[in-house]
Amino acid sequence: METIYTLGIDVGSTASKCIILANGKEIVAKSLVDVGAGTTGPQRAIDQVLQAAGLKREQIAYVLATGYGRNSLMEGFADKQMSELSCHAKGAYFLFPEVHTVIDIGGQDVKVLHIDNGMMTSFQMNDKCAAGTGRFLDVMARVLEVKVADLGALGAQSTKHVGISSTCTVFAESEVISQLAAGTDKCDIINGIHHSVAGRVGGLARRVGIQDMVVMTGGVAQNQGIVTALEEELGHKIHTSPLTQYNGALGAALFAWGKCAK
Amino acid sequence: MAEEKTVAAAAPAAKPKKKPVSPGVLALRKVVDDVYAEARAAKERGELVGWSSSKFPCELAEAFDLHIMYPENQAAGIAANRYGELLCQAAEDLGYDNDICGYARISLAYAAGKRASRKYDPATGEYIIDPSTGKPLKDADGNVVIDPETGKPKKDPKTQTPYIVLDDINEIWAMPDGPEKERRLEAIAPIKQMQIPMPDFVLCCNNICNCMTKWYENIARMHNIPLVMIDIPYNNSVHVDDSYVAYIRGQFDNAIKQLEQISGKKFDQKKFEHACANANRTAQAWLKVCDYLQYKPAPYSGFDLFNHMADVVTARGKVAAAEAFEQLAVDLEAAVKAGESTTPFPEKYRVMFEGIPCWPKLPALFKPLKANGVNVTAVVYAPAFGFVYDDYDGMVRAYCKAPNSVCIEQGVDWREGICRDNKVDGVLVHYNRSCKPWSGYMAEMQRRFTADLGIPCAGFDGDQADPRNFNQAQYETRVQGLVEAMEANKAAKEEA
Repeated sequence: METIYTLGIDVGSTASKCIILANGKEIVAKSLVDVGAGTTGPQRAIDQVLQAAGLKREQIAYVLATGYGRNSLMEGFADKQMSELSCHAKGAYFLFPEVHTVIDIGGQDVKVLHIDNGMMTSFQMNDKCAAGTGRFLDVMARVLEVKVADLGALGAQSTKHVGISSTCTVFAESEVISQLAAGTDKCDIINGIHHSVAGRVGGLARRVGIQDMVVMTGGVAQNQGIVTALEEELGHKIHTSPLTQYNGALGAALFAWGKCAK
Repeated sequence: MAEEKTVAAAAPAAKPKKKPVSPGVLALRKVVDDVYAEARAAKERGELVGWSSSKFPCELAEAFDLHIMYPENQAAGIAANRYGELLCQAAEDLGYDNDICGYARISLAYAAGKRASRKYDPATGEYIIDPSTGKPLKDADGNVVIDPETGKPKKDPKTQTPYIVLDDINEIWAMPDGPEKERRLEAIAPIKQMQIPMPDFVLCCNNICNCMTKWYENIARMHNIPLVMIDIPYNNSVHVDDSYVAYIRGQFDNAIKQLEQISGKKFDQKKFEHACANANRTAQAWLKVCDYLQYKPAPYSGFDLFNHMADVVTARGKVAAAEAFEQLAVDLEAAVKAGESTTPFPEKYRVMFEGIPCWPKLPALFKPLKANGVNVTAVVYAPAFGFVYDDYDGMVRAYCKAPNSVCIEQGVDWREGICRDNKVDGVLVHYNRSCKPWSGYMAEMQRRFTADLGIPCAGFDGDQADPRNFNQAQYETRVQGLVEAMEANKAAKEEA
């Protein structure tokens, strides 16, 4: 049987991610560029994934775009676009067939999805506020003069609890500055930030209703400090995948395969 | 209208030609225009004009032939005409917090004399056009004309409007008569909502909104005018207790005495009864119009109902409003028989829109709904203004049943009833920054809708009047998520 390739691209607010699937099962290639909608990121991510797979656009049977920049690919590249809500549900179900709750923390969005038999039955998203998002962590890392990627390891070294506001990024930033000025250990502040995000996201998750298995997706799921804080907050085990940051793109590629299969 | 409503006629074509406005809609527009014009004329004659909250018993004012304007409608109209942000900002400059309801901020700024005005060049007297306004210019074939210099669509000059700036009517009135004064008066935005007369008294009933009391108190003190206040207590049960009726009747009786003092007239029982009859007749016709959304496909959209809110609020006690709504019901009956709809796309999904629309962002609200074939076939806010009663106590009880004065059980019951009758596939919830009481209980309502009705819900952040609280990209993602969930839900039900 001839191999059918599908491509999913997730153009988020802070990163562009691509995945190419063979026959809706095997991941042939993936790419990630750390800039998202409105930048050169999407094109670079596309070029990289095609090159890694040794394929050309014409050899891809179906391209499906998702993420905030999804509409920008509808002229000339993608065959269809879908919301990142459905794509994250699809990707998580592929990776974890027992999933019922998906928590995705993206650059500017937090989503909590309820899934029954792979179908998204309800969802909640954050309000018009950056608190609890990936952008919140970016702002805090900058103030603390650490890399976002190091937040998890640093937070794990914390020895005491430091409370950080979960209601507003700007106020939380000034709280962090005050803590630094008072000589509080950075690791403790970072741990406080993780619990601040967990508190915010936990409130959203409880609105949807938390049912095991709980899966966390999106780039922030790579931060073990957030995952642990959320587990404490929710009282549920949280599952993650090495593909977490690609989950939206994976879901898009799977929906694309569904279109080919029809 | 309990029977199943399904019409065999095909859904309307994808891009139908613009249909002529129906006689009922034209009649309703005239009713409202007449009320505004009569109030302006009355003020010029030296007669009194009052401002009233939307669910104050209009029957009382009608019994005295008083001219009444409605600040909530006015604020919605100002917001829909894109002047909301300017007046909200003006209210904030006066010291009102931006957490206060957008309608209240617009109304308070207007009451303080603030006006949206067209910017003009004093040298030429010409209005200065804002280049960001206007629709794309189209050629005879309907194609968008591209400007060869910029590569972007040219703007149709006929649709471009001037820059809008803030002016102050009190400053203008204080000027000596002359061309400059005339010019500034003339420059005030040419919409009827920016021309309503200042109040001589205010009528406040807090059944529709808890912020209303302080809002009207502020206006009364700003203008040093009488405030007629009717307090409808929150009701934690579905039943309206006799003690509530006694408390509110006492206030109605007191309001009549206050209105006798304000108007210098005796209460006219016959006029009151006539106004009650008109209000009941209007309410019945209005509810009949609302019920046409039960048809599949619906002959119009819930957004049309929102537009008619101004009519039912402004003129509920007038016979002209009753007649116009009765005409609209006739028009809708004919539309159903002809398989026509005002909705400019085939109806693929039906949703309930929960809350007040984001008036400044109506096109942005409508765009993803249209793109996905989503018709709004149920709204809660509109039928809440259709209440029918038999006698004075019944009238009191009717005024107890407003969206923000009832308990959550009553609220859920109303909404789930409408969702079932109007056969919706999902619910789109507006978390309205202007209305904390309403938005506050929506999370629990959403949970119940999904649990009880088995339909998906999506919420989005916005505001009824302040465009700064709405984000189009976030809204579009949530609508698309809702559509995809409705699609999956439908597929699962078909498979089962």
